[in-house]
This record gives sequence, structure tokens and C-alpha cells, in this order.
Amino acid sequence: MGSVRREVRIARSADDVWAVLGDPRTIAEWFPGIVEATVDGDTRVITTASGLPMPEKIVTNDPIQRRFQYQVVAPIITHHLGTIDVFDLGDGTSLVSYATDCVPDALALAIGGATGSALHELARLLESGHVFGGASASLDDPADATEGGEA
Amino acid sequence: MGRKILFVTTDQQRYDTLGCNGGTLASTPVIDRLATEGIRYERAVPQSVVCMPSRSTIITGQHPSTHGVWMNGVPLPVDAPSIAAELLRSGYRTALVGKAHFEPFLDAFGRFTENSLARSGEETLLGPWADGTVGPHRGFEHLELAAHGAAGMLHYTQWLAAEHPEAVGMYYSALDPSFNVNAAGGGDTDAPQVHVNPIPRDWYHTDWVADRTVAWLDSLDADDDWFCWMSFPDPHHPWDPPQSEMGRIDWRDVPLPAGYPSDRAERERILDAKPRHWRRWYDGELVSNYEAPRDWVPATLTDDQVREVNARNAVECELIDEALGRVLDAVEARGWTDDVDVVFTTDHGELQGDFGLLFKGPYHVDALMRLPLVWRPAPAARVAPAVVTRPVGLVDLAPTFAGIAGLAPRDWMQGRALPVDDGDADARGAGRVLTEWDSELFGVGVHLRTITRDGWVCTTYGPGHSHDGTEGELYDLAEDPLQQVNRWDDPALAAVQADLVADLRDHLPPAHVPRLDVEAPV
Repeated sequence: MGSVRREVRIARSADDVWAVLGDPRTIAEWFPGIVEATVDGDTRVITTASGLPMPEKIVTNDPIQRRFQYQVVAPIITHHLGTIDVFDLGDGTSLVSYATDCVPDALALAIGGATGSALHELARLLESGHVFGGASASLDDPADATEGGEA
Repeated sequence: MGRKILFVTTDQQRYDTLGCNGGTLASTPVIDRLATEGIRYERAVPQSVVCMPSRSTIITGQHPSTHGVWMNGVPLPVDAPSIAAELLRSGYRTALVGKAHFEPFLDAFGRFTENSLARSGEETLLGPWADGTVGPHRGFEHLELAAHGAAGMLHYTQWLAAEHPEAVGMYYSALDPSFNVNAAGGGDTDAPQVHVNPIPRDWYHTDWVADRTVAWLDSLDADDDWFCWMSFPDPHHPWDPPQSEMGRIDWRDVPLPAGYPSDRAERERILDAKPRHWRRWYDGELVSNYEAPRDWVPATLTDDQVREVNARNAVECELIDEALGRVLDAVEARGWTDDVDVVFTTDHGELQGDFGLLFKGPYHVDALMRLPLVWRPAPAARVAPAVVTRPVGLVDLAPTFAGIAGLAPRDWMQGRALPVDDGDADARGAGRVLTEWDSELFGVGVHLRTITRDGWVCTTYGPGHSHDGTEGELYDLAEDPLQQVNRWDDPALAAVQADLVADLRDHLPPAHVPRLDVEAPV
């Protein structure tokens, strides 16, 4: 199995970050290359910039652990699990980890390789005070947050 | 009106595939003539032996550590320095036709400009430049892109699918169903990445690149200055040239390469004297480079497979030579020849049977590191023909292009303009060239740093999957031109080794901060 992990430190509280990541509709706002996402129950369908629809099954959305997991459902993929974890660093900042486990192995890098830039975009948006359309959270003034950077 | 620049690259072509470099298999009269009229470099060295880092060095004039593309799959930042942007800013018209590969091919989300451009219908897209301004993508007003076959989202594949859909399935499938590089064999010998391709020659990507280059040149005004990077995807594997052309060379008549010991015991003795990842790959125990087919074991390579791979590679080199000839004819027809500099090179080499191996990887020997490089200066510049024996690097190309255009080298360029002869090289203190390898593929890390200087090639290893950081390679290029005798542990050469290693470490280029992510397998 191919396994890829990317992470970023974000100068926002874990609750603020989870407010975005725990809402599966927001992904098109922070994941470059995903232009649309629709959610129906535990099914999310994303559409890539190349026009490819990709159905996903949401398997975990746990606000207590702040963990979100999903599986890409496609004939070419034997197994996929995407895992996003948000960790409270205790200083007003958070660490976000985004893991991709996949068979075939090579697709772990093709899919998971994009998650690093997605996390950087997520950090940029959160730290600039962007209000996510799909998210229910209204974020505080980012100037109050401790400065963070890439983990 | 100044000098115009036709920059011609191939992909993964060995030094010894050209007639002017002593090659006897392929007929390359066009490039040979350029070499006779211009400057032929006998020791041109890449700064990386895989595509994306090496191509990024060409466009930025920086070493991989500095531009940040430390392995395939790491995209070159869109705002990285670009010689094309410098030329465009100074009034040149700019184009890149063929293989770019500054951004990954395997682009699951369609994030990269190279992959989205054909679909957009635009000649280029605007992007940020290194100086904070906005301009055409990486400085190219016109991008028309191709790769090694009919897969993907590039211009050639879209053209083929639209105009000749029956040909799409004729190419070798570069990837297998599990998205690894295909190990499937074909041809007469079942060699990996060999395939009988019934595609008509006119539809093959080599001729398409030449056709589209001519079309772009024809769109220019007579007094335009221009920089055209014509980038052929061949002779990179798969080895699937149009079958109609295979009658040129009968693989059964191809002599085995000097670097391929046909005696298995001899091959393995040579490999065992090198750092252990050489033998581990040969035995199928370790694959450290995604582009080496995971399911192919080099120890299974046969003499006939080496012959057939070399025959097909030579046919691809001949097609490139003929395509270049057509483009030069078009240049002549416009009356531009006297004002056009032609630079021909490649991004890195190919093992092609040396040591019983194919493809490429963390192996810093001539098969991958000695490149064809010919510079035919504009005849109007009256530069005397020469052969340069001193080492030069692809990192020297960007300042060379700047010099041709009358621009001072930019402070971000780490190379220096190519010498026009050995005297020029010595006068300017040229003579040290560095090459880097870093890869981290699913837990397998390999790290090499190499210096080429004074007739030696010296490689140090960093700690990694198969190395503890004490290993090395040291070759005397004059006495051991095939690099079959590793003298790293030779006590008689301890002082030579220490001097080369110290020089290497003193000149390591600064690292890109932050370290860039690998975003795709390739």
C-alpha cells in the first residue's frame, strides 16, 4: 500500500480549523484542483479541474477527535483512505495532518501529493480571515491568532 | 535585429548516439554538421539525471537544490526564475514546443498549467514571474506541448485524439493498470518498454513537434528576434518508433555496447564494487526511481534485448535528426540562418545496457551524465569552430542564452556562459560541474552529490535506505572511460578523493527554503 502524509501548522485555533474541515462541502474552496463538491448523506462527489467527477464515501466525521476520513470510490482504486486530523497545539495554533493510503501504491502519491498544496491553501485562507461558504463557523479576527508556519 | 535562438532538446539521449561523438549506430548528419560548423562539447554534464530537476535547471540556470525541484514529481514553482521570461522582457518572441515537464504529468486534479493549457485553447496563461510581475507562463508566449505517447492532457494527445483517433491506441502504454511504469515487453525480444507501433510517421510526436515549431516560426515577422525551445520527447522510453522506420536498422546486426559486459559474472563483479543500491536494483530487490519499471528485474536482461533497445533508440535519434533538418530548412527559407544560434542537447542520458541496466536512476556515470551538447553560434557572429573538452553543465545554458541576446547574466544564475573553446574555459576558470540526486519514494531515500573535475568523477552518498553515508564512487575518466573500476577505497587515491570531496562540499549550492513537496510520482 502506498502511504503519503502531509502536514501544516495553522495560526488558527483547532476549533476554527475543524469548523472548515468538518464540513465536507468546503473542500472546493481550499483544495486546488477541486472545483465543486456536493454532499448527500455520507456521499460526497467532487469534480476536478479537468472535469472528472469523483465519488467519495465519508467514513468518519468526528468533531471530538477532530478527525475526518473518506474513501475515493473508483474502479481503478482497490483501496483508498484519506485521513485529516486537526491537533490543538495549545497556543492558539493547530497542526493539520492529511494522510493518504492507497492501492495501487502509485496513486497514493498522485492523490496524496496534492494534499500538501491543499493544506497550504487552507492555511492561507484561514489566516487571512476568509469566510468559508460551506462552513457554519464565523471566524474570529485572524490578527488575534499566534503566527504559525509550515510544520 | 539581434541573434535568434533555436534551442533543441531531446529526452534521455546518450552522448554516444551522435555521429559527431563517435556513434556508429544512428545516422545524424544534421547535428553532425552543426557540430562541424560550431562548438562540440565533450564533457557536458547535467545537474540531475532525471527530467524535472534537469529541465528546471535549464530554464532557471540554477542547481536542483536551489530551484527546489529535487526529484521528479516536485513542480517547479510558477514564479521561479526563467531565462525565457528574461528574453521575452528584452523583446524576444518566445515559445516552447514539445516536452516541458516542469510540472508533473500525473495530475489527478488537473491543477497544473501544462496539463490544462490545451483544454483552455489559449497559447499561454498568465502567471507570476520571479520579479513580482505577471506575464506569460514561465516566460513563454506560446506553449504547445507533447510527451511520450497518446496519454494525458497535452496538445499532442488532444490533436491525435481529434485528428487521428485510430492512432491513440497504437502507442505503448507507459503505465500499467496499477499506475506503475509499465514493465511489459514487446518487439522481437520482449524487452521492457519496447513496442511495435504501427502509427504513420507523420503522426508520430517527433514530426509533430517539428511541424508545430515550423508553424510557430512561420507566424513571426521577419525582423522578430525569437527564442524557440523545440523539445523532442524521444529517445526516452518507451521505445516505440513508427514501425515503418524500423527497416533502417536490423537489431540483429547491432553490436553490444562497450559498457555492457555480456558475461554475467563480469557484470555482477563490476556492480558489486559499487555502492550496494546498484546490485540491489539489478537483482530486483530495490527500486528507488519511479521511472524504472517496478516489475522489471535488470538481471533478466538479455544480449538480444540490449541490441533491440539500442536499435530502436537509434531509429528515434535518426527521426529527431531529420526533423531538426526540416526545421533548419524552414529557418533558411525565412532567410534567418546567419542570425540563428542553434543549441542542441538533452536533459540526461540513458543506461541503455551499460552494466546490464536500462532506464535511469541514482547512478552517476557517463551513461546518464555525459550528454550530447552542440552549439552552432549564429554564423554572423563569426565564432570559430571548436571542440571543448573541459566540463560544462546544463546550468550554463541560461547565461549562454542571455549572452547571445546581449544581456548580462542575472544574479540568480549559478552557471556561466558556455566557453567557446578550451582556452576560453581555462581563462574563465571553468572546470567544476556538480550533479545532485535526491529521491524519497515510499520510504526509500537515496542521496548523491557528485563533482566532475580534472578528469575525475567523484560521488558521495548521504545516509539513506541503502547507504550509511560513508560510501562513494571515484572514477578516472581517462583510464576507465566506462567507469567499471570504483576507486573510492583505493589508498593511492586518498588525497585525490579528499581534494575532490572538499571541493564538492565547498561549492554545494544553497537550498531552496522551504523544501518543496513531491506532488506526484512523475
